[in-house]
Amino acid sequence: MIPTLRPKFELLSKDLIRKIYEEALVILEKQGIFVENKEALNLLRAAGMRVDESTRRIFLTQSLVEDSLSFTPSVVKLYDRTGEKEFTVGEDEIHFDPGSAAVTILDHKTKQQRKAVTEDVLKFVRLTDCLEHIHFQSTGLISSDVPDVIADSYRLYLGLAYSSKPIVTGTFRIEGFRPMHDMLVAVRGSEKELAQKPLAIFDACPSPPLKWSNLTTQSLIDCARAGIPSELISMGMTGATSPVTIAGTLVQHVAENLCGLVICQLAGKGSPVIFGGSPSSFDLRKGTTPMGAIETMMIDSAYAQIAKHLNLPTHAYMGLSDAKTNDNQAGLETGIGAILAAISGINVISGPGMMDFESCQSLEKLVIDNEICGMAYRLIEGISQRSDPIAADLFEGFSADTQFLSMPHTRKWYRLEHTFPKVLDRDTYDYWTSLGGKSAADRAFEEVKKLMDENPPSLLKKEKMDELAKVMLADARRNGLSSLPEIKNLC
Amino acid sequence: MFDEINVKEKGEIMSKEELLAGMAKAVIEGNKEEAVALAKEAIAEKMDLNEVIEKGYVPGIQVAGKLWEEGEYFLPELVTSAECMKAAMGALRPELEKAHIDVKSAGKIVIGTIEGDIHDIGKNLVASILSANGFDVVDLGADVKLEKFIEKAEEEKVDLICLSALLTTTMIGQRKLIEMLKARNFLGRFAVMVGGAPVSQKWADDIGADGYAENALTAVQAAKNLLKKMKKG
Repeated sequence: MIPTLRPKFELLSKDLIRKIYEEALVILEKQGIFVENKEALNLLRAAGMRVDESTRRIFLTQSLVEDSLSFTPSVVKLYDRTGEKEFTVGEDEIHFDPGSAAVTILDHKTKQQRKAVTEDVLKFVRLTDCLEHIHFQSTGLISSDVPDVIADSYRLYLGLAYSSKPIVTGTFRIEGFRPMHDMLVAVRGSEKELAQKPLAIFDACPSPPLKWSNLTTQSLIDCARAGIPSELISMGMTGATSPVTIAGTLVQHVAENLCGLVICQLAGKGSPVIFGGSPSSFDLRKGTTPMGAIETMMIDSAYAQIAKHLNLPTHAYMGLSDAKTNDNQAGLETGIGAILAAISGINVISGPGMMDFESCQSLEKLVIDNEICGMAYRLIEGISQRSDPIAADLFEGFSADTQFLSMPHTRKWYRLEHTFPKVLDRDTYDYWTSLGGKSAADRAFEEVKKLMDENPPSLLKKEKMDELAKVMLADARRNGLSSLPEIKNLC
Repeated sequence: MFDEINVKEKGEIMSKEELLAGMAKAVIEGNKEEAVALAKEAIAEKMDLNEVIEKGYVPGIQVAGKLWEEGEYFLPELVTSAECMKAAMGALRPELEKAHIDVKSAGKIVIGTIEGDIHDIGKNLVASILSANGFDVVDLGADVKLEKFIEKAEEEKVDLICLSALLTTTMIGQRKLIEMLKARNFLGRFAVMVGGAPVSQKWADDIGADGYAENALTAVQAAKNLLKKMKKG
């Protein structure tokens, strides 16, 4: 059998990759980068790096960057809540997770965005849990019925309690790490087991241009020490917080992420790091950050290519849209992004469900996007030679009546060769009309309800649930909240 | 060599009207060197500096704003024009001070992005457009403690506090600051204007902010309206 070709998309020549990487190194060594965290500065100083004390600017040598790269694992393993199912984050494996940290939810009936509350977050977590092509959970919605100060830990709490999938999350405050870490330990059993079988990825964003804030740097350090993978989310906005050219933004992106990677390795040699990002082609007319812009996707695909060149696991915010409602734009931007991310071989693709510049989540969109992700997975499987001969034998003795419907060959391969969406419309016009002439979003709305009715929540075992709730409640009490919102209507 | 002499000679014979028009043009086109050179020339020629500002540079920034509203100019042009305006004012300032000329300030503003938030591109834009439109702007930067806003507002005797927040987690700081002002009986002394991606008119009303602006240019109008109201009140 002839091996199957995995379709691949590459935007940069080897020469351009080298040039971008070299310029990033020059910036780190000659211009330096701001690190606003004392502990990180101490680590860097101890590694012999020069620190400008007055500006907290640190100068990183090429050899430290290269040493750090050589310690960073090229593959990260994530495990689900049971610890049995393993996911490879690296090579060309791809995993979709919902776009993270939306502040509003799109209400299908009113077509308006509104603040999400616990009940919405729960629905979102449960829906993600049962969607086949969304491999990871994300703390994708922020609940407005708890105080902002515990917004980070509370979203993780709900994600761990009601879904078995690995989870992409992050801290909003330095003190947020401890309770979040303790929750992960509560689920996994012990600190050691958590480090051996990571359950969550923590996102950490540098502040463009060329700055690592106190909060995000601390997250890198804390995660490295606990064996939790950090996802580096550089996010330049072309022409505003990073150079206007795509290649120029890539130089800054690589410099910022490499600095994060160095800090991770100094805090814990060999700690897992994912080279990610959420850059955007800043709209210089509107002053907005379109995630659905083709140039945004080009930046994403290109930095992922550079990261692969450096042997690192990759992440991007792709497969999302800036549309405000589930319209054509929502589908086309999500579709183009998901497909490009897949053929770029990006390991963690955060986007599904998300709209309006990463600020809004839609359950209906998440259901539709799940099918887009399914298409992406099918695409990267490529075209295989299933049998030998491929088809010549099927035509032996063919006649005018030959058809393939009842051939054993058809029965054998059709489910592997073809996918069958649930929500996307493939009906005849008359049948579609007889069903009420519904839009994809309307059908998705019904599918959400059906999935909720058919799939009981994937609850954590009682003892672990109690332990998890204890950590959450303690964090809430420390922050002046005596109880958590009541959880009802679970089924 | 010849060119330089020509330019100089041309400069010497330029009428006042031509100079004023040249200042506006320099701001509109974003030519910082020209804007500063003309400011120095105005000083050398002992022109009425209030007139230079009001009839030379201000019309320039107004045209740039109009071009932006019409969709002709994008942010890079608008911001460059604002920076030209600032540079020209910088060149005029020593002379204005020496001559004890009080430039009519549209009002004094303290602006910053709230603690916990390191996003300040939107805030920078608002600050530079406000400043180009005659406001005296004290920019505290990003990740600013709420206490610091009040401290600076008192110290600089500002009219208006502008609070920017890009994150919902820091947006809550806008409410807190208004509560802090209330608690200290400072409401009415400083007006508060809020902005930032997650902020809306509804949010501004909910928390009792005096003003809200969706973008940098509407911020200018909103700030002017607020100050007018304050003076009347």
